[in-house]
Formats: sequence, C-alpha cells, structure tokens
Amino acid sequence: MIPSSFTYKRAGSAEEALDLIAEHGEDAKFLAGGHSLLPLMKLRLAAPEVIIDLSGLADLSYIADQGSHVAIGALTRHHDVEHSELLGRQLPLLAHAASRVGDPQIRHRGTIGGSVAHADPASDLPAVLLALDAILVARGPGGEREIEIGDFFQGLFETTLEPDELLTEIRVPKPASAGWSFQKFAQRGLDWAIVGCAAQDGKVALVNMGGTPLRATAVESALAGGASPAEAAAHAAAGTSAADDIRATRAYREHLARVLVARALTEANSRSLSRTPRHATPTHPPPLFMIAARFGWYLPVSGHHHGVRRCGAGRGRRWGTMEACGYAAR
Amino acid sequence: MKVDLTVNGKDITADVEDRMLLVHFLRDVANLTATNIGCDTTSCGACTVLLDGESVKSCTVLAAQASGHDITTVEGLASHGEMHPVQRAFHAEHGLQCGFCTPGMVMAIVSLLKENPHPTEEEVRTGLEGNLCRCTGYHNIVRAALAAAEVTS
Amino acid sequence: MSILGTRVIRTEDPRLLTAGAVYVDDLRIPELSGAARVTFVRSPIAHARITGIDTTQASREPGVIAVLTVADMDDLVPPPPDDGSGGEGDGGEGGPVPIGGAWAEPLLAADTVRYVGEPVAVVITDGRYQGEDAADLVSVDYDPLPAVVGPAAAASGEVLLFPAAGTNVPAANEVSTDDTPFSGCDVVVEQDIVNQRVACMPMEGRATAAAVAGGRLTVWHSSQNAQLCRLILCGALSMAPDQIRVVVPDVGGGFGAKVGIDRDAIIVAWAARKTGRALRWAETRSENLVGMTQGRAQLQHVKIGGSRDGRIQAYRIDILQDTGAYPRVGGFLPGLTCLMAPGVYDIPEVQAGFRVVVTNATPIHAYRGAGRPEAAAAIERAVDLFAAEIGMDPAEVRRRNFIPAGKFPFQTKTGALYDSGDYEAALDKVLAAAGYAELRAEQQRRRARGDVRQLGIGLSTYVEITAADGGAGETAKIEVADDGTATVYTGSSAHGQGHHTAWAMLVQDELGIPMDQVTVLHGDTDLIPVGVGTYASRSLQLGGSAVHKAAVEVKDEARRQAAAMLEAAEADVVLDTVTGLWQVRGDPDTSLSWGQVAGHTSGGSLIADVRFTADLPTFPFGAHVSVVEVDIETGQVTLLRHVTVDDAGPVLNPILAEGQRHGGIAQGAAQALLEEVLYDADGNPLTSTLADYAAISATELPSFELLVSETPTTVNPLGVKGIGEAGTIGATPAIQNAVTDALAHLGIRHIDMPATPQRVWTAINAAQKAGKQ
Repeated sequence: MIPSSFTYKRAGSAEEALDLIAEHGEDAKFLAGGHSLLPLMKLRLAAPEVIIDLSGLADLSYIADQGSHVAIGALTRHHDVEHSELLGRQLPLLAHAASRVGDPQIRHRGTIGGSVAHADPASDLPAVLLALDAILVARGPGGEREIEIGDFFQGLFETTLEPDELLTEIRVPKPASAGWSFQKFAQRGLDWAIVGCAAQDGKVALVNMGGTPLRATAVESALAGGASPAEAAAHAAAGTSAADDIRATRAYREHLARVLVARALTEANSRSLSRTPRHATPTHPPPLFMIAARFGWYLPVSGHHHGVRRCGAGRGRRWGTMEACGYAAR
Repeated sequence: MKVDLTVNGKDITADVEDRMLLVHFLRDVANLTATNIGCDTTSCGACTVLLDGESVKSCTVLAAQASGHDITTVEGLASHGEMHPVQRAFHAEHGLQCGFCTPGMVMAIVSLLKENPHPTEEEVRTGLEGNLCRCTGYHNIVRAALAAAEVTS
Repeated sequence: MSILGTRVIRTEDPRLLTAGAVYVDDLRIPELSGAARVTFVRSPIAHARITGIDTTQASREPGVIAVLTVADMDDLVPPPPDDGSGGEGDGGEGGPVPIGGAWAEPLLAADTVRYVGEPVAVVITDGRYQGEDAADLVSVDYDPLPAVVGPAAAASGEVLLFPAAGTNVPAANEVSTDDTPFSGCDVVVEQDIVNQRVACMPMEGRATAAAVAGGRLTVWHSSQNAQLCRLILCGALSMAPDQIRVVVPDVGGGFGAKVGIDRDAIIVAWAARKTGRALRWAETRSENLVGMTQGRAQLQHVKIGGSRDGRIQAYRIDILQDTGAYPRVGGFLPGLTCLMAPGVYDIPEVQAGFRVVVTNATPIHAYRGAGRPEAAAAIERAVDLFAAEIGMDPAEVRRRNFIPAGKFPFQTKTGALYDSGDYEAALDKVLAAAGYAELRAEQQRRRARGDVRQLGIGLSTYVEITAADGGAGETAKIEVADDGTATVYTGSSAHGQGHHTAWAMLVQDELGIPMDQVTVLHGDTDLIPVGVGTYASRSLQLGGSAVHKAAVEVKDEARRQAAAMLEAAEADVVLDTVTGLWQVRGDPDTSLSWGQVAGHTSGGSLIADVRFTADLPTFPFGAHVSVVEVDIETGQVTLLRHVTVDDAGPVLNPILAEGQRHGGIAQGAAQALLEEVLYDADGNPLTSTLADYAAISATELPSFELLVSETPTTVNPLGVKGIGEAGTIGATPAIQNAVTDALAHLGIRHIDMPATPQRVWTAINAAQKAGKQ
C-alpha cells in the first residue's frame, strides 16, 4: 500500500528533467501522470530512489495540427486526448481509444507519453499508435531524435528509449481513409483488455497478444491482396505469442483476436462508407471487461519453492501477485 | 519535504515524507477522514476527490504532486450548511447504505456532471466504472446521479 | 395513518454524506491519541513449517516499538487440550463454533502455516508507513510442505493439514447413496456443480483499535456484533467480561465476514495489553483478499429423478465443502445447504449430505446467504436440467412441483418448517412482469436467424431460512426522558441496513414520539451489554420485534403513570400516536406529554428493557427472471434485465427493503458472472488484488425491476421475515440458468459459474465441435 522511501524532485522544464535524470541515473524514474508507476511502487514492485515529477512541464501538453500529421505533447492527458475536437475530427481512432483507458479518474491523470513509455502490451494507446504508424520524439543529452513506433517496443515494458531520455512528442500522421475501429474486449469497465484491436487504413494492431503491441501483418497482407475482412481476420493470430492467465488461455486469446479483427475491419469499412468523422458508438453494447493478471508480470522469479526458503525483503507482502507470474518464465 | 495544498478552500502547509499519498495527507494531516481507502491497486475509487475540479484517485497521487493545487473532498461540498445537489440526491434516492464508497462516489459524480451535465444511464454507469460499491448494487447510485443532473442542469 | 410501510429516507444519511461516517480507522478520540500502528507479517506460502523467525533487523528500524511473534504470547492461557470429545463444529443452537482440539487455530502462527496470508508476526510502529517498511524486514524461514489445493485433493487425504487429526475431514454428515428412490423414475439426471469460492469484499476491510486504561481493555472493531466480540475476547485473552469494553463504530459492510472478531483482531487486542500501548490496525485490500474469510466453495453432485409429466420424485445433493485452512464453522454451512436442499418443491424423496475438508486456502465462513445460496443454486440448476431432459418449459416444471399455497406451514423432508409462502403466485407475477412469452418469442427469432447475440431467459424460484437462531432473539431497551426524547438501545448492529431509521419508525408508530426525537444506539457493550447482532437476515424480525416489544412495555408503564397523574382509570387513558399526547379518553384538556409522564417517574425516565425471542425461523421466498445476451463468437455475457419478486412479508420501509434487494442481486450476479477466488497449484492466491479479483461494477449491471409481494408470517408480531440475503439467493441461479438457456439450442446443458467469457466460449466451442461430428 505504501511505496518505499524516495526523494521527490519536481522539474520545471524539460532541460531540468534531463539534468536530473542524468544526475541520478538508474536510481531515478520520471513521473508523468503516475498511474502506471505509482501503482507499482505501492505494491513495492518498483522502488526508485528518486522520482522526477514532470507535471510542471505544461509546454509538453498540447495537440496541434501540423498539416500532414497531428503533434501531441507527451504529457497530454488521456482526458484531453479523449475530448479534443481536433482529434475527434482527424484521429477519431485515437480519441476513442483514449476514452477507453481505465476510468475517468485515471484519465484525468494518465498521459499519452507515460502510457507509451511504460509499454504495457495490455494498454490501449500503444497499439493504436502502432496501427497509426506514429513517430515518437525523444530528447536526451545528445539532443532530439525521432523514433518510428515500429522500432520502439522491444519487449515487456521495454522500449528503445534510453534511461536518460525524455519522450516529448508523439506525431501521428493523418490517416488516408475515414474508416476506423477500436475493439476492446474486457470483462469490466475498468479492466485492461483481454484482447484488443485497432484498425485504420488497412493497418491492424493488437492489444495484449504478446510482449509488445503487435501489428497483424498477415492480416494486412491478406487485405492488401484483396481478402475480405473475414478472410483476412483468419490470420489474426499469426506471429502472436499471447499469454495464458486467469482471464484467458492462449487459444482463447487467439480466437478472440480473429473475432475482433473481423469486427474491426467490418466496422472500419462501414465507417469509411458512411464517412462518419466523429466517435461512433461501438456496434455492440458495452462489453463486460476483463483484465489480464498484470502485476505478476513484473517479478523475475517463479513461484516454486525448493527446500528451505528464507523470506524477507518484501516476499511476504505480495503473495499471489508473484505467482500470477505465468510470464515470469517467459 | 514541505507541501502546500489548498483543501476545501483552506491552505494547509505541512512537512511530510516525500512518499506520502494524498489520501493519507487528507486523512491524517488535514484530518478530513471522510475520504476512504478501499484498495491498493487504484481500482475501487473510494478515495476519489477533486484536484483542480477534476476527479482523481487520491491514493495514486502524491501529496507532493498535489502541492500548489486545489483539493475538494466531500466535506467541502456543502455550502453554507446546504448540501450539494449530488449529496441531496443521494439522500433522496437511498444512494448509500454503509457509506464507505459514498464520498468517492459523490465526488466522481460531481466531476462527471461537470463534464457531462445530461448523461444517459449508460453514461453514468460507464462514468462510475472506477468506483466500486458492495452494498447498493449501484441501482440507486445511478438514480441519484440522474436526479442530481436534473437539478443542476 | 401509520408511518410503517411508507418510504422514509434515512436519518443516518446527512452525517454520512457531509462529514462522513466514522469507521475504526477514522476514530480521532483521546483514548487513541498517540496510538501506535500494527502491521502484520503474513505467510507468503500456502503450507509450510516455520523453522525460524528473525526479527532483529526489523526491530532496529526507525519507529519500531516491538516485533511480536508467537514466542511473545506466553501471557496467554493455551486453549484446552483435545479431550477427545471432538465436536462437530455445528455449535448446536448457538450457531457455528470452531472445532478446536486437533483442529485448533492459533492466533499468531505457531509452527505451521496453512494458508497464504496467515498471520505470523506483528510489527508495532509509531507510524503507518514505518510499519510497512519494517514488516518487509522480518525474516521468516519456511520449510515448504506440499500444498493441498482444492477440496478434491483434500478429500484424497494424501497430505494432511492436521496430522494429529489423522484426516482432512473435520465434519461430515454423509449423504445416503440408496438409489431406490431413483429406480422408479422415467428420467434421472446427474450433474457435478461448482459453487465457487468468492470473496466477501466489504468496501471497508478489517480494522481494529485497542487501548488499555485502568486495567480495562477497550477494543474498537469493525464488526456485526460487539457483544459476541467481547465474548470471544474473554475466552481468547482469559479475561472477565467487565474487564473488556467493545465498541463498534460505523462499519463499512460486513456480509457475514465480520460476525464477531477474528484472530488478526484478537492479536491486536492482545498486543495492546502486551505492549501497554494503544494500537490501531486497518488491513489493506490485498490482505483482505487473503485474510478475511471467504464464502461458498462447495463442490456439489446432484441427482434428480422424475417422470416425463414433469413431476420430480427424488433429489440427492452430495456436498464437498471446502472450509479452507481451519474449520472455523465445521459443518454449519453445508448443514444449512442440506436443510434447504429441496427449496420450494414438494419432492417425495430427498437425500442431502456433506463432507467438510480442510485445504491450504483462506478459511471459509458465512457470506451473504451462508449455505442457502448454495442450496438454491443446486436445486434450481437441477430443476432446469430435469426440464431440459424431459423437454418441458422450466417454468412449467416448477409449477408442477411447488409446495402449494394451501399447505403452509409445510414440513420439508429435510426438517425445515416453512411458515408461509405462495411460490406459484411469485412465479406468475415475475413472469408476467418480465413478459416471458415475448422473451421466448424473441429468443426463437434470434435462434432462427442464427444471430451472433443469443438471448437467454433464466428462472429461479427460491425459499430461504432467516433468523435460524430465533431462539437467541434480540434485545432492546427504550428510555423516554423527561424532555420527551426517546433513546433505543438495540442489540442489532447495522452496517448499512438503516436500522436507526427503521427502529425510529417503529417507535414513532407505537409511541407517537416523532422520529427526529428518537436516538438509536448500538454496538457498545458498556451501553448494551447483551445483544446478538446483525447477520442471517434476523434484525427486523428479531431486533425490530424487540423494539416493538419494548415500546409496548414503555407504553404500558406510561399509561400507568399517566393514569396516576390524571387520577383516572388505566382503561380510560389513551395515547394519541399522532400528537404523542396522553389523555383521558374524550377529554383533550387532560393531555400530558411524554416528557411530563417520564418526568413524573421516580427515576425521571420511562424504561423498558426486553429480549424478544422467536420460537421459529422464517422463510422468505421469491422468484427471479434474468435475461442475458450471449455473444456466440466471444462467449461474452451481458445481463440485460433482472426482474424479481422477493417476499419477506410486510415491508416496514420500502426504500430500505429495495436497497437490500438491489445489493443482494448485485452480489448474486457477481457470483454467477464474474467473481472467483483462484489459487495456483502451489496454493498461491491469483486473485489477491482488486485488479485481479473481478468485483462487479456498475457497467456490468442494469437497473433492476423489483415487484412487490408481502406474505406475512405468524412467527413474530410484526409478521416480518428477513430480506437481507434473499436477493443474492434468488439472483445467482436465475442468471446461471439464463446463460445455459441462451445456449441450449447448441446442446449445452450446464456451464459452471462464474460464466466468464472464457468459460462460456469453451462450452460453445466444444458444443460446436461436437455438433460437427
């Protein structure tokens, strides 16, 4: 319930944030909205010694039309992405997906940059940005660089962002066609997706089908080859490595991927035909939302006990979450 | 470290641990115990308060992050001894039983109605996806939200 | 016009809505100023020997006052040794008690831990945050033992949790396996049913504070009965009742899991005496989801037989009850399941039995319905299975087997005496309100079209037992002061039910003292030394009846006083309950106020102190219709509508009764659709946070459709039964039946709870594959 002790620092500017991270190195973590990092710290699954609060960087919260793309400051909150008129017109897929992240309280705090940098494959926005071929802008001691999102996600919670870099902007190209769809299958309103799918412009990305968000490239090839949504969707599970957990088996996830991709492609097509620019209601009633066992992912140890085991240093405090770690062995 | 928050219109300055959670600041430093803690995974919403007028889960905000900002708890909702319309609606519609989730529910609904003054039942339910209740089955909480919307709009 | 039966909004609410309730962790009272914090060190292993505990590093941490283990409990008298008399743990008349002896449960773990979350040590610190830091540094050596996970593994007896007991079965009442009743049946159906383990999950977890002053121990505890807490503490701490005061402040939900006081809280009380410091403890949700007792957890095998014309001839239920690591309630819960096994049906032959097994999991105890939801779920499933087998509409099968309205009181084959009921009327009412025929027509249309979203209509008709311990009754004291105000001291212990409003309504109705002049107190053993508490849906029928009885006595005493004051015969003195004035009949000039009458007594107030007992329990009943949509491609279930009759006799305050029904339905739906406590093969909990445990939220539920039905009982003067658990009991089977019904056309007959998308899709997938062969 309580994080272990740390030193809190508030950065007044991006430069100051970079100076602080350079000074403290591995002992420090950036804090954006805090709704990925603080929950981990409260369960003592993460224990940075220094927290660098970025909330003072007001100039990193913006949504700007830049012609061929929309530029979104990394510290723009999900709430603002959700309610942006500009995004509602230009990138309704992104605006709608933001409306599905967590719950309203979480959306008042969580940021798009925080979500992307955290790189949880069960999160909604990383997959959406992957489908939209976003470009990420990072600033570090060496200056600024652009990262294609296809190169960004490396593994579970791992990205190509250097420890001393700050994500500053996300550039999302404006899509060519109006048809889009976001399918989030979960058991409850506040849950992460068991499986999710984002589709636009013949590009399809999957939520929670592997260690990173994934493009369903076999589906995309089939579509490019003239396949119908149903035919293309049959390939949805190709190249994925979905987890087995308390919510779903791998086989069920693969099945869901096929179903959701088919529905996404059909819905995107119908939106494209009707040219509905704004958020459209989903084609079925609010689904029951499910959650993957998340926190167990973070622990690098398995749950098997051999012989005498000395328990201290926090082991006694987070029972089952350790053991939900079917991912531990991955 | 020193933090400086405005809570229900009153400035409070205190020296606290860097890691102090806003909910503990409210309960133990500001002595406002109506805001409750119901979980440790940012799931249940019992700790919901307004930060600069928007609902947040105070268990997942550091007091340090809230320093320099305005916090409103349920104790700060009534004005001149008169209950806020949302509080009145909860009373009229039997929107509470044990009362533990209630402060968080009320604040979540205050924020929801500010952003969406005329919600449908579905929008209320989705708007409360981050607030768990074990006693009421949500039926009367939803009625209270819709009744309050009638009054405030 | 009487206030009873009218919609009165709660007197409790203004305080709760503005200042907030005061739960244990909110207490800011002088007795607890400077109180230290208690943080528990708990076992992370399901089954192990403790070979060493090293507290030295933890003890040196900042703010640490003490680190205590079982070795420090040398000031406690150990429990009596097992004298071989065993004990069935059903407690007889008094309700469930721990079995003790070879099955004894320690306070802090001694040499063995038997479930993840079992308390092993406590750290006492100045501040809350320091407690978590220091607890992390307590080092415990565990020598793992094989974990017994799930009741089937326990029943095999390969690994014993209590070697001294020689078995994993602390209690049993074996079911008859005589198949003769089934031999004459046209149709016999058998089914294994899982009534899964669920978490009670009140929004307020367990919380306790304790302080010693002048040799007297005061314990503030979030509980459903202060008096039982004191009794348990006396036994555990070897203290006399007058040395202990228990105060129950506001309580954030209980649902059965907060009956009395459990070992963690007793440890806090003990530690306060041990250290001489005032202490406070409030568990985290993660602790709550492994440490608070859980509910249900039965494996059931049912067998139902009957004739093709729809008449059920025989029913057998064989229960394997998982009781978790310690048999705290013995056979109490499955015993109730067996008692209520036949439900609302007149079944000629009923066989019901159980075995209780211990497993390396959180202990099981009462949870909303406590044994009766399990009974209803089983019989309602069995009836639907029977209906499917004979190809008859499940509503029609029910009609052909109901205990008829004219046959009450009705003695069941399992020994229950149902007081009153009209099951057919309940079913007819709910079917009409639901629009059953049109629902079936819509279902047919969707099937004919091969829609992706199929419709399921599920029924349940149920009866349950409330105030099973009516003999224990409830207490009430009413005191009318010389200012005309009344104070009610009730033995009941509301934790959301609204008793303060309800008891004030009873007082106003009987005595004409307006509700805003009535104060209701509960939960303090100094003020109310004798009381039984709130659980088992007992409080209105017993606690309310006690308030009524006390009011009548106060009224009689007041009449005597008023007659003396007015120099009139008692028979000529009347109370006008509208004005609250005593007067000589027909002579308004003679009126006396309550305050005047009370002031005239030698003590200065009118007092009646009573206990009301009932000779018999009561049997509320009802019928639910649940309408679900199942997405055939994904297995997702959406609850579209839920329509209910829940009849608990005359309704004192419809607002309160509806609230109980709503909350009950939600918990019933939660079990049917979402919630399940899961363990891995090593006994590690997989659902120990609210991110993993799928507690039901507003987005999974519709608004409910409640119908009115009031069939009184003669068991108590108010004519009332208990409503608190009825909604849960009726909802779960209706929803489970609806899910199966949605998929019946695919050949699916049964899907276990919870009907998660994974589980439903697995059934659909298997059925579709079977269909292709």
